[in-house]
Amino acid sequence: MTLTLTPSLVYALTGALLFAIGVAGLIVRTHLLRKILAFNVMGSGAFMVLVGLGQRAGISDPVPQAMVLTGIVVAVAATALALALSRHLLLLTGNMHLPENDPDA
Amino acid sequence: MTAMRALLVILLCSAFGAALVYAILQLPPQAVDLPQQVSANIDESGVAHPVTAVLLNFRGYDTMLEVAVLLLALLGVLAGTSVEKRRRAAGERPTLPLLRGFTRLIVPLMVLVAGYLLWAGSSMPGGAFQAGAVVAGAGVLLHLARLLPAWATPNLMQRWGLAIGFLVFLAFAALPALQDGSTMLQYPLAWAGALILLIEAGLTLSLGLLLAGLFLCLSDDGMEFEK
Amino acid sequence: MQTATLAFDLLLSAALIWSAIRAITVADLFRAVVMFIVFGLLVALVWARLDAPDIALAEAAIGAGLTGALLLDAVGHLRAIQLVREKKEGRR
Repeated sequence: MTLTLTPSLVYALTGALLFAIGVAGLIVRTHLLRKILAFNVMGSGAFMVLVGLGQRAGISDPVPQAMVLTGIVVAVAATALALALSRHLLLLTGNMHLPENDPDA
Repeated sequence: MTAMRALLVILLCSAFGAALVYAILQLPPQAVDLPQQVSANIDESGVAHPVTAVLLNFRGYDTMLEVAVLLLALLGVLAGTSVEKRRRAAGERPTLPLLRGFTRLIVPLMVLVAGYLLWAGSSMPGGAFQAGAVVAGAGVLLHLARLLPAWATPNLMQRWGLAIGFLVFLAFAALPALQDGSTMLQYPLAWAGALILLIEAGLTLSLGLLLAGLFLCLSDDGMEFEK
Repeated sequence: MQTATLAFDLLLSAALIWSAIRAITVADLFRAVVMFIVFGLLVALVWARLDAPDIALAEAAIGAGLTGALLLDAVGHLRAIQLVREKKEGRR
């Protein structure tokens, strides 16, 4: 290991692991609401990597923090849009799974 | 998804996670020292807090276009809102006296906190996004206490409120460019602090309406489903 | 002092990973959303630890609060539709 285990490095690594967990959840789970949950976990992981790596020199870096602030608000808007779309799918087809994953078909 | 495929995906994602961890550990030290560049130019930005300066001045384009993206997301949610909601079924609703009393007590305080966060953003952590989030929280609380009905479509005043954040930002970004011929988003130095506060005020109103609107458009308002 | 803060960071990271895994794998949808709100609040703690108070405020309000409210509303909507369906099938 070339870098010492500073707090920002610990959280950057945790963010990377969270991102991988989110990707696995997004692919494996078929219920649309769980896909949205996994997508948000991915987003939080990516934000942690951004801020954690920005701080690895020791001083807090305001530029990644501003980017993550923007990112959090855009993520909630994307979640709301995804929820609206999945509700519309529920209205049209009657279940919350994508057609290729439909357990009733 | 069958168990074998799920196991394969989990193994691949573990390998992916391990590769990410290895990549992060192998990063070279930073090439550009951004905090030092921000603090060198912060006196010209008009605010004292570095994150607000970056958000509203140095990277102002990102924030302006982000508000446009949020408006598009709200349009998408409105487009997907079921038409059935426009014919609202008036069922009987529980009165929830405790929640209503608490809401009537708390919401004015939340508006006050939002105003403080907006004001404090120039020198302390705070700013338009946090203030807008508190305003949205007040809106959601009012809806949950059934003091505010769900949105079928926003009326004219709400539409103006939603648009005004982006319009104010665009106006103050483009006006200096139209006047002097300089680039966009170059605030005149003496007015930078006041302009940023004005833009943040518009953003707070718009963001509060927008984030609350995302919730209110999706809410069922206790409707009965006739299918 | 150094090892105490490192232990806190490792503990918080373990809690984050555990709550994220639980949010994705728990069978009941309502519990999954509650675990997600817990995850959001722990991430707000991480931002506070990383010297980013602006993001901590925004994450607690928007990331955990508003997203959690949206998801809980969706779960309630799903349950209402499920109840209507069961009533119809019960009638038939």
